Amino acid sequence: MSVIEKIISQLSNPGRDSLIPVLQAVQEEEGFISRESVIEIGKALDLPASKIYGVATFYNQFRFTPYGKWNIQVCRGTACHVKGSAALLSRIERELGIGAGETTKDGFFSIEIVSCIGACGLAPVIAVNGNFHARVTPDDVPVILKHYRSIQPEESKQ
Amino acid sequence: MIQIEVNNRQVEANKGELLLTAIRRAGIKVPTLCHFEGLPPSGACRLCVVEMDGRLAPSCATTVSEGMKCQTHSAKAVRARKTIIELLLADHPDDCLYCVRNGNCDLQTLAEEYGVRTRRYQGEKSSCHLDVSSPALERDPAKCILCGKCVRVCEEIQNVSAIDFVGRGSKTRIETAFNDGLNMSSCVFCGQCIKVCPTGALREKSSTKEVLEAIADPDKYVVVQHAPAISVSIGEAFGLKPGVECSGPLNGALRRIGFDKVFDTSFTADLTIMEEGAEFVSRFKNKGKLPMITSCSPGWVKYAEQFYPDMLDNLSSCKSPQQMMGAVIKNYFAEKSNIDPKKIFSVSVMPCIAKKFEVTRDEMLNDGVPDIDAVITTRELVRLMKMRGLDLNSIEPEPADNPLSLKTGAGKIFATSGGVMEAALRSAYFLLTGKELDSLDIKVVRGLEGRKEAKININGTEVGIAVVSGLKNASDLLDEIRAGRSDLHFIEIMACPGGCINGGGQPIGVTPEAVAARMKSLYSIDKNEKYRASHLNPDIQKLYKDYLGEPLGHKSHKLLHTHYAKRDVVK
Repeated sequence: MSVIEKIISQLSNPGRDSLIPVLQAVQEEEGFISRESVIEIGKALDLPASKIYGVATFYNQFRFTPYGKWNIQVCRGTACHVKGSAALLSRIERELGIGAGETTKDGFFSIEIVSCIGACGLAPVIAVNGNFHARVTPDDVPVILKHYRSIQPEESKQ
Repeated sequence: MIQIEVNNRQVEANKGELLLTAIRRAGIKVPTLCHFEGLPPSGACRLCVVEMDGRLAPSCATTVSEGMKCQTHSAKAVRARKTIIELLLADHPDDCLYCVRNGNCDLQTLAEEYGVRTRRYQGEKSSCHLDVSSPALERDPAKCILCGKCVRVCEEIQNVSAIDFVGRGSKTRIETAFNDGLNMSSCVFCGQCIKVCPTGALREKSSTKEVLEAIADPDKYVVVQHAPAISVSIGEAFGLKPGVECSGPLNGALRRIGFDKVFDTSFTADLTIMEEGAEFVSRFKNKGKLPMITSCSPGWVKYAEQFYPDMLDNLSSCKSPQQMMGAVIKNYFAEKSNIDPKKIFSVSVMPCIAKKFEVTRDEMLNDGVPDIDAVITTRELVRLMKMRGLDLNSIEPEPADNPLSLKTGAGKIFATSGGVMEAALRSAYFLLTGKELDSLDIKVVRGLEGRKEAKININGTEVGIAVVSGLKNASDLLDEIRAGRSDLHFIEIMACPGGCINGGGQPIGVTPEAVAARMKSLYSIDKNEKYRASHLNPDIQKLYKDYLGEPLGHKSHKLLHTHYAKRDVVK
C-alpha cells in the first residue's frame, strides 16, 4: 500500500473536499509534494493534476521539492519584518540562487518562510535545522552559509 | 414576470434570473470580461458593477427581485469600471500594435470605450514565460487578465482541465500542472480557450510565415485545401452576414495569394464516408467492435487516447478528411500530374487548432513524407488575405480545381455536428440495402444540442446512433458505454460544441446565432447540390476505379487509414 493509499483509506468519505487534508498528510509523511503524489492523489480523488497543483500552490505551507540537508527557516513575522527580514531573505535567496520554498540543485540548502517562531526579542531571526541565529544582518549570511557548508547535519531533518 | 427599475425606467425581468441578463435584454450595455453565458457566474472581473442604493453590486452575480432599482452608468459605477480597466492595464504589456488581437481585443475595446487616455497607475509588471511548447497553441501569461474563462471552458465544457489558476495574489497565473507547458499537459488543442480569451494571452501557433515562404519558393508546388466549414464562416471577417456561402470568392482569393492549386476538403469528406461507411458496414455485418466512433476530429482523438484508451478500438481507423486529402494529393494527384511529391508543399485551411497537431503525428507520415506541410486557421487566412489587400466582397467566384474538388452535399455537411453521421448513414444505407434512402434528410441528427440520439431502421434492423459535440458531452456518453450501455452502434464525436462551424480556429467573437446561421447555410448548400450522397460522387467513383481500388482495400489501407495509441500525459 502506497503512502497515499494509506492516507486515503483512513478517510471516512474521500472526495474533492479531502484534497487539502490529503496534501497535508502527504507532506507530513514525505516532506514535500512530489509530481508523482499529485498525479496519484488526482487518480484517487478524481481531480485533475492542474487543479491539485493550483490548490497546492495557493498555500505557502506546501512545497514541491524535498528539504535540503540544511533547511533555513526565515522568520517573516511582524517583529522580524520590522527589523529587516525582507532584506535578509532576499540576501539568502541571492547567495543560494534559489527562491523561498526551493532547494539548491546540490540538495544542500533549502529556504522556508515561516511566520513568527516566537523569538521576537532576537529579531530578525533564522533557524537552520532548528539552530537559531539571532539579529542576523544580510552581511552575516555568507558567513553562516559557509559554516553550514563545512559541516554535516548530525541527523537529517526529514 | 417581475418589474425592476433600471436607470429610472421600468424593465421586465424573469423571476430568478440574473440582473445582468435583464439589463442586457433591455438593450443596455454593461461590459463584462469574465461572464460566461450558460455557466454559473464567477464574479471575477467586477466590470458589471451597477449602483444600487449607493453601493456597487456585480450584476452578473445578483438575482433580480421585485422593485429592485439600479443605475448602470452612474458616475460611481463608470468610475469603478474605468479604474478596474486602468489597473488591468497597469500590469499588461503595452504592445497592442504588435499583438495578434490588435483591433479585436475586449480589453483594448473597453479602454477605448471608457476613455482611458493616461497611465494613472504604474508599477512593477509581472514577468512571465511564453509557453510555446505545443505544436498548436501559444500561451502568453503576460497578457492574461485572469478572467478564468479559459479554465472554465477547459474544465466545464471540454472536461480536460489542462490549465488552472496557480499561485496566489499578485503571483497568480493560469498554468498547466507543475508549469510544464501545454505539450506535457492533457491539452487536446481544441482551441476553445482561444475563442473565449478576451485578450491575446491565448492564440494559435501561426504558420502563415512558412506558407508565404513556400509560395515565394520557385521550386515548390504549393497546393491548398479548404475545409467545408471555412466557406460559410470566413465571410463574417469581411462584413458579410453569418453563414453566407463564399467558396467561389474564397477559391479566387487563394489563387491570388499564390497557391498553384485549390482543392475543396469536402471531396475527401466524401472519401472519408466511403471508407468509414464501408468500415461500419463491415463491423456491423461481421460482429466487429461496436459502437464505431468517428475519428475526424483530432481534438477528440487526442482526448480518447488520453482519457479513454480502453475504447480506442471503437474509433474508426479512417484518417480525417484533411489527412486523406493530403495523402491523395501527394500520391494520386502527384502521379497523375507528374509532379515530384517532395516538391509539393501542401497547405490546409482549417477551422481547427488541433489540425496543427494532427499533421505532426508520426502516423501521418507516409514513407517519411508528411501528408500535410502546414495548417492555417480561418483567422490566419483572413490575415493573409488582408495582408494581400484581398476583400471577399470584390473577388469574382471561381471553381476549385478538379479532380479533387467535386463535392456532394454529404461532404459539405461534415462541418456541423451531426453532418458526418448524416452523410455516413446516407451511404451506409445504400451499402447495406442496395437502395437509396427515401428521404436524404435525417433531421434527428441536426441541431446544436450537445447530444442527439436516434434509432434508425435499416432493412428491419434497428441501428442505434448518437451524435455528441463538446468533450464533456462526449465523456458523459462514453461513461455510459463503459458502464455497460449497449444499444448504440455508431457515434459521431466532435471536440468543439456544434462541430467545426464553431471550431477553435474560427473568427473571434462568434455568437451562437452566427454558429446557427453557418449550420443553416450548410444544410441549404446540401439541399441544392446535384449529388447528395458520397457514393454518388462521380470523381470519387473515378478515384477508386483509377487508383484506390475499393474501400478498405490495400491502397486505401496504406494511404487513408491510421491507428491510435494510449497517450501518457499529466492529467
